[in-house]
Amino acid sequence: MRDVAVIGMGMTKWGELWEKSLRTIFVETALLALDDAGVNRIDSMYVGSMSSGVFVGQEHIASMLADYLGQNPIPSTRVETACASGGLALRLGWMEVASGISDVVLVGGVEKMTDVSGYEATYALSTAADQEYEGYHGITFPGLYALIARAHMEKYGTTREQLAMVAVKNHHNGSMNPLAQFPFKITVEAVLNSVMVADPLRILDCSPITDGAAAAIICPVEMAKEMGKPVIKIIGTGHATDSIALSSRKDITWLEATYQAAKQAYAMADKKPHDIDIIEVHDCFTIAEICVLEALGIVEKGKGGVAAEEGITSLEGKIPVNTSGGLKAKGHPVGATGVAQVVEIVKQLRGEAGDRQIKEARTGMTQNMGGSGGSTVVHIFERE
Amino acid sequence: MSTPSRYWREIPQRYRLEANKCETCDAKFFPPRLLCPQCKRRDLVPAKLAERGKVLTYTIIRVPPHQFADQAPYAVGIVELDDGVKLTAQIVDCDFEELKVGQRVRIEFRKIFQQGESGILCYGYKFVPE
Amino acid sequence: MDGIVGYGAYIPRNRIKVEEIAKVWGADAPSYKRGLMLEEKSVPSLDQDTITMSVEASKCALKRAGIDPSEIGAVYVGSESHPYAVKPSGTVLAEAIGATPEVHSADFEFACKAGTEGMYVALGLVRAGEIKYGLAVGADTSQGAPGDALEYSAAAGAAAFVFGKEKVVAKALETYSYMTDTPDFWRREYQYYPQHGGRFTGDPAYFKHIMGAAQGIMKKAGVQPSDLDYVIFHQPNGKFPFRVGKMLGFERSQIEPGWLVNRLGNTYSGSSPLGLTATFDISKPGDKILIVSYGSGAGSDAFIFEVTERIDEVRDLAPKTRDILDNNKKYIEYGVYAKFRQKIKMAE
Repeated sequence: MRDVAVIGMGMTKWGELWEKSLRTIFVETALLALDDAGVNRIDSMYVGSMSSGVFVGQEHIASMLADYLGQNPIPSTRVETACASGGLALRLGWMEVASGISDVVLVGGVEKMTDVSGYEATYALSTAADQEYEGYHGITFPGLYALIARAHMEKYGTTREQLAMVAVKNHHNGSMNPLAQFPFKITVEAVLNSVMVADPLRILDCSPITDGAAAAIICPVEMAKEMGKPVIKIIGTGHATDSIALSSRKDITWLEATYQAAKQAYAMADKKPHDIDIIEVHDCFTIAEICVLEALGIVEKGKGGVAAEEGITSLEGKIPVNTSGGLKAKGHPVGATGVAQVVEIVKQLRGEAGDRQIKEARTGMTQNMGGSGGSTVVHIFERE
Repeated sequence: MSTPSRYWREIPQRYRLEANKCETCDAKFFPPRLLCPQCKRRDLVPAKLAERGKVLTYTIIRVPPHQFADQAPYAVGIVELDDGVKLTAQIVDCDFEELKVGQRVRIEFRKIFQQGESGILCYGYKFVPE
Repeated sequence: MDGIVGYGAYIPRNRIKVEEIAKVWGADAPSYKRGLMLEEKSVPSLDQDTITMSVEASKCALKRAGIDPSEIGAVYVGSESHPYAVKPSGTVLAEAIGATPEVHSADFEFACKAGTEGMYVALGLVRAGEIKYGLAVGADTSQGAPGDALEYSAAAGAAAFVFGKEKVVAKALETYSYMTDTPDFWRREYQYYPQHGGRFTGDPAYFKHIMGAAQGIMKKAGVQPSDLDYVIFHQPNGKFPFRVGKMLGFERSQIEPGWLVNRLGNTYSGSSPLGLTATFDISKPGDKILIVSYGSGAGSDAFIFEVTERIDEVRDLAPKTRDILDNNKKYIEYGVYAKFRQKIKMAE
């Protein structure tokens, strides 16, 4: 198995991109990544997209995007595992390079969510849940995370304010990210007074509906060195599944798939949680960040609520989390999120993160999660 | 989004809570499974679910999916039945202020939604306070 | 001896008071309450209908019957508010209780006597030896037009009876049916609310047919009102049952146990059947009970039952009708009532 490095990355501003179609958004972003890497030939590509079929009625996007990127006849694969599609695209790309099958692989993700009504978008997102035994009964995505939130609050005493502080921290970071959908700060009061979506979660606890794409180029470490690139190596990867239905899990407050995926990645990288300098986690809802930190072993089980409250995960904290603004401020074009997390970590490890730069960041992690925790992909990166 | 065949296929579960069980692990599954996820045994036997349980967690849906628009706001919870199986369903006939974790509930047959003005009526289980 | 093996009731939790309805239409609540002898009525939630109530009432009847539902040979639902115009309520009920596939089913309609019609037929099939057990349900979520007198009384509820030859709780001593073509109350296809003939619904309709059926069955059975312990009449309002009872020679005390309408409203096809379940709840072995339904159009079915020893074993196996009626109520206001009854709807 060869060692793999990330040599290029690209992302355009995320938001409601009325003038851009799915293919335009993806190709513009992929071209940025190709330019950043200094290559115009790739051997293969992987595209994460949760639901191009429901959002724009378009399947077969792997070939379509390879075509519009000018890369036919290379192999191109569309990857889907709900909101972890992007992270999984990277893992599969990594496998193709590590195994020697390909040298230069583009991994990307894209989602175009605003061509349908709010109801349709909500429906598309809800297809990550169990349609017959969760969706049938009227549960929604925020509803599932609200069930987790209440259970966590009952079991561990996590408070409404602690949830709000996650959103506040992520917006603080996002206000320094020019590509974020919502680059502005918010207050705890604003979160607590925002419209209720599914008790106890309010609209400002929830990541938004976003159009966007992200892309990265990977190749063997040896090739990166030959090209004179800073070597940002993928030192660990993990992928795990769990029941997609929340009611089938043993402990509703615990993200087992995240724990398992992280365990694999830590083992492969020979790292422990305290070795990680910076993490991008999947804060689709504020409670998600809290539970993820516990499953990653960053805080003790049940103690996720204090992480943002005590500044442990702030830019100045012991382990900054979501310096990009997270899904909450940056946006969440579902299939693209996992790759955008990679873009942020690579920026940080290269020292290109501007005002939100974490000094001396050397080892970074991404955690990308599908549905209410039914799938998780974790990667660990290190600058040589 | 329930078409006639999809709805009809799940009737034994929606109406009669038909589950199955692995006799080796003494574990019940709902919906029924083709093999036990623990020991991989294939010959699972029919089982019925308990009709009462306690609320493990709940939420109140205020931004509903389209076909539940006229029902919102409504409470949904995960209930642990007395036989250990957990179900997700609406909790009805209960003021929101009275909802609490640990509350005892029982199953009642209700209409879950209708496919617009001319589509089929979809029935199933909900929970009511004991 | 054939008869009822199990009985069950279901009434939704919501209630609306006469005052609350009168307030919206500027009507004089006290005179409606006096005139109709009615205080409040039950209201189904948006997720309840004839089918859901039939299932719950039937489950209670099965608890009291203590039989294997796969031995039920017929399932009948009588209602004037079947959820589908074409697709039976009975099939959903039969699936829900586990009586399918070896079972006969039919939906019955005859205004408010559709429930007793199913009972009449189920009993007949048991008597003939065609089926071992038959389930008959009377259930309705009928509507009264906004502002119409019927709006004060149109309510929701269901009563279910399992008929059989063994382990009967109440022997069916006699049956009788009296019917003519009388246009007192009707609803045309595609009309949402029914129409009625005002005062014509009284003497030539309700009173004529109930009297006809009651007198007919008592003559057939060779009994007088004083030979019977209880009587239940169809209850479109609080006054009519007492008036017809008096005309026939019954005492108030014979009518009171099954008289639910003052706090329930008129549950149409569930009306006299629910009165029967409430009467069973307080009856003793040996009690003789007469039930006379009434359905506009018009006709009455009558049954005389004799309670057996088994009532003491089964009475407490499921909730009693008056407990369901009087406990755990939730009062709603007119706006919520209008939403529940779909008099107001969200845009598509």
